[in-house]
Formats: sequence, structure tokens, C-alpha cells
Amino acid sequence: MATFSDTEFFLIETVIKIALIMFILLTAIAYLTWLERKVIAHIQSRWGPYLVGPHGLLQPLADGLKFMFKEDIAPLEADPVVYWLAPFLAFLMAFLSIAVIPFGESFTLAGHVIQLQITDLNVGLLFVFAVTSLGVYSVALAGWSSNSKYPLLGGLRSSAQMISYEVSLSLGVIGVLMIAGTLSLREIVNQQAGLWAHAGLFSVLPRWNLFLQPLGFLIYFTAAIAETNRIPFDLPEGETELVAGFHTEYSSFKFAIFFMSEYANMVTVSAIATLLFFGGWLGPSFGPYWLRVILPVLWFCLKLFCFLFFYIWVRGTLPRFRYDQLMAFGWKFLLPLGLLNILVTSFVMAWLHS
Amino acid sequence: MEILFYIFGVVAIVAALSVVFQRTPVYSALSLIVVLAALAVIYLLLGAPFIAMVQVIVYAGAIMVLFVLVIMLLNAGHEGPSAHRAKFARWVGPPLLLAFLVEFGVIVWKQYGLTGAASAPALDASPAAIGRLLFKSYILPFEVTSILILVAVLGAVVLAKKQL
Repeated sequence: MATFSDTEFFLIETVIKIALIMFILLTAIAYLTWLERKVIAHIQSRWGPYLVGPHGLLQPLADGLKFMFKEDIAPLEADPVVYWLAPFLAFLMAFLSIAVIPFGESFTLAGHVIQLQITDLNVGLLFVFAVTSLGVYSVALAGWSSNSKYPLLGGLRSSAQMISYEVSLSLGVIGVLMIAGTLSLREIVNQQAGLWAHAGLFSVLPRWNLFLQPLGFLIYFTAAIAETNRIPFDLPEGETELVAGFHTEYSSFKFAIFFMSEYANMVTVSAIATLLFFGGWLGPSFGPYWLRVILPVLWFCLKLFCFLFFYIWVRGTLPRFRYDQLMAFGWKFLLPLGLLNILVTSFVMAWLHS
Repeated sequence: MEILFYIFGVVAIVAALSVVFQRTPVYSALSLIVVLAALAVIYLLLGAPFIAMVQVIVYAGAIMVLFVLVIMLLNAGHEGPSAHRAKFARWVGPPLLLAFLVEFGVIVWKQYGLTGAASAPALDASPAAIGRLLFKSYILPFEVTSILILVAVLGAVVLAKKQL
């Protein structure tokens, strides 16, 4: 077996990790659409996809093929460059943030320690926020470049919504950051290890940040649903008013790219919620070495799945907000609540430290 | 690392030129975003990850979004070839540019001469260190700036609202 230098090993390791994670993520997203259709169908007493494969399990594949072979229709007056750029920007921004998300501990292979994360940035959380804040462009540019009324209105709405809720999103996590004192996602998870000691009846609970920052979590997750443009905050795509919002004029594979980015964003915000508030990959770990490597990844995926299921559940349950309600809710309720949470947290921390 | 610096340096310069030479305002704004992103990568390479991320979040992610939205809403179209190039700009522009370049060259020359080794002082650029500086050593300028911004926000509200 050829021996590699450390740099070579690092490069090969990273490329393999990126390829693997992309493959898993894309497959997961495809099946997330299947899950969504199935769950919504059962909530509404229907069967959902059933014909393609057992229980419609091959439906995502069929959908993918259909998207690929549909005719690609672009409006005549659309901006030639930006119209193409927007979907790829959406895809890029949706998948870029996965790079800093840790999904397990590390393991040793041939003398090298391999972290279950593409890269451990010490400002990981800020990186996610930076990438999310750039995601607004894909929506705004898609709406503008289509050169059509509905997409423009939809694009403006979404941009306004995403900018507004981004503020609450970051305010929601600041409480956790104050407790953790770090921006590295791996570090934040490691601090949540173990159970609550000296907590009486509650000492069976894990030391998740959720119990320290319940309000922060609610603010974060509400804002996250709005940030990913999902029901009940999916105003940008209000069918009754705007046809399909910013991606009205997109067809075939470019539409599929927007669709995939939306689901990738859901996965990202759910992963961040898991890491910050639910202890990430932490959970009971036992057995031989390989099991102790696999189990944390399993816990992480399980927690992630709960969030994604919750997303779908909410979609099957709640009606859509009105646009002015949405803005009032974001700025007049969620934002002050976030500030209050920070204020209370800092007072308690100062009191405990003194 | 060095090769990354050159790649993103070139990207930043090309995009910066594109900001000036594009005829469609949206393209100019997009080029500016590319400049800001490339600069963020250079900050990252210089060992200032916090500044890099803040650069992207604040400039590329917030301020430029407003620029792009305003341009989109005004629907500023294609600018014709030299439609309204003012005479003033033609006569004052080149000398000003020359003066700027000379000044820039002199400063760089004085600072580094021919050696070209720009050794950055070893600074702790971690978020914690920056926070400590901001909220301890520079607390007064920080607060004054925040009040300044608050005043600007109030001014914008007063201007935008016909009646309060």
C-alpha cells in the first residue's frame, strides 16, 4: 500500500468526504420529498405516491428523470446571465453550509484521525449565517431576472422576509453562544456532553442547551421556518396571490434546483438546531469501536429526522400567514423576544459568575 | 495558501473593474458582491476568520441586498454608451486618479521598499479578542458609533413617513 504524506492524505480525505456527503445529502433530499408527500397525504387521509415502486419508493427517481427530460422554457425577455445564475447560486448557498456541520465524533484509520465533518472552522456558526445571508440573492435575482410581474413581487417579498427573519434567527442563538463562549459547532456540542448533575429529579436529562435556552430555541426554530420559506411562512410562494413566487418562470431542471435548495436549507437549519440545542450527535454510545463510531452519527440523523418530520407536520397542520401579519410577527414580537432572551441570559450569567 | 491569495486577488481586481465598466446596474452590483466575497477569502487567508465572516454577513449579505433591491425596484435598465458622461468627470477624473495612484505607490514604497515582505504583526484575531477590544478598550467609540447609527435610523424613519 502506498503511503501518503499528511497533505495528500488530507486532500484525498476531504474530497472523499465531500463526495460522500453530497451523495448522501442529495439522496436524503430526494427521499425527503417522498416523505413529505407521504406524511401530508396521511394527515389528509390519502395514500400519497403509491404506484412507482413499493409504497411509491421510486417516486423521487421518477420525478428526477421527469425534471431532466422536460423542456426547458425561459422567458424571451429574461436577463440572459442572471436568469441562469440564480438557481446555481441557490444550490451553492444551500449546500455550502453543510461543510462546517459536524455529524459525529472522529475515528482513526491507518494512523490518521478522521473527523466526521468536512471542516472544523472556529467560526463555524458565523460561516453558516454568512452563507444563509447570501442565499437571499438567489431569490431576489430569480425574481428580477425573469422579467415578469409575479416573480418580481414574489422575489421582493421573499427577500424582505428572509432579511427580517435572519435578525431573529441570529438573536435566537446568541443565548447559546453566550453560554458556550465559542463559535465552533464541534466545541458547542462537546460542552453538552453528560447529564445534569445535582438537578434532583431532572438529573436523568441530558445536558442539552435546550433546557437552558428554551426561549432561544423557540425563537430560532420559528425564524428558521420563515427563513426557509416554509408553511406557515411560505408567503413567497403564496399560490393564490403570486402563482409560485420567485420561481414562477423557471421550468424543468432549473426549477428542480430551486426545489432541492429549499430542502437542503431545511436540512441545514435543522442540523444547526440539533447541534446548538439538542446535543448534536451525543447519545448513549456503547459496544465495540465501530459501533461507537456509527452510533453518534445515528443519533444525529435521528434528531435531524425529528426536525424534518416536524417541518412536514407543521405544513400539514397550519394555514398560511397574511403578509402584514408575517412582518408584524417578525419585527414586533420575535425580535423583542429575542432581545429579552439575551438580556435575561446575560443577567443570569453575570449573577452566577459574581 | 499563496496560490489562493493570488487567485482571489485577481478575482477581486477583475470584479472591481467590472463594477466600473458594466453598463447594467445589476451586473455592477453583483460584481461588487464578488469583490466583497473575494476580500473575505483574503481576510480568511490572513488569519482573520471573524472579520471575514462579518464582512460577508454585513456587507455582502445585508448592505448589498438593499442595493440590489433598490436597483431592481427602480428597474434601472441598460445604460447607453457614454450617454451622460459629464465634462467635469472627464477633466477632473484622470488627474485625481493619477494623484491617488502616486500617493498609494509612495505609501507602499515607504512601508515595504523593494523587499516586498509585508509581515503582518502577530495579532489575536479571534472573536473573543476582538470582543474584548471592542467592549473594553474602545467602548466609547463603539457606543458613539451605535448612537450615530441610531440617529441615522430615526432620520430615515422620519424622512420615509409622511406623518408619524
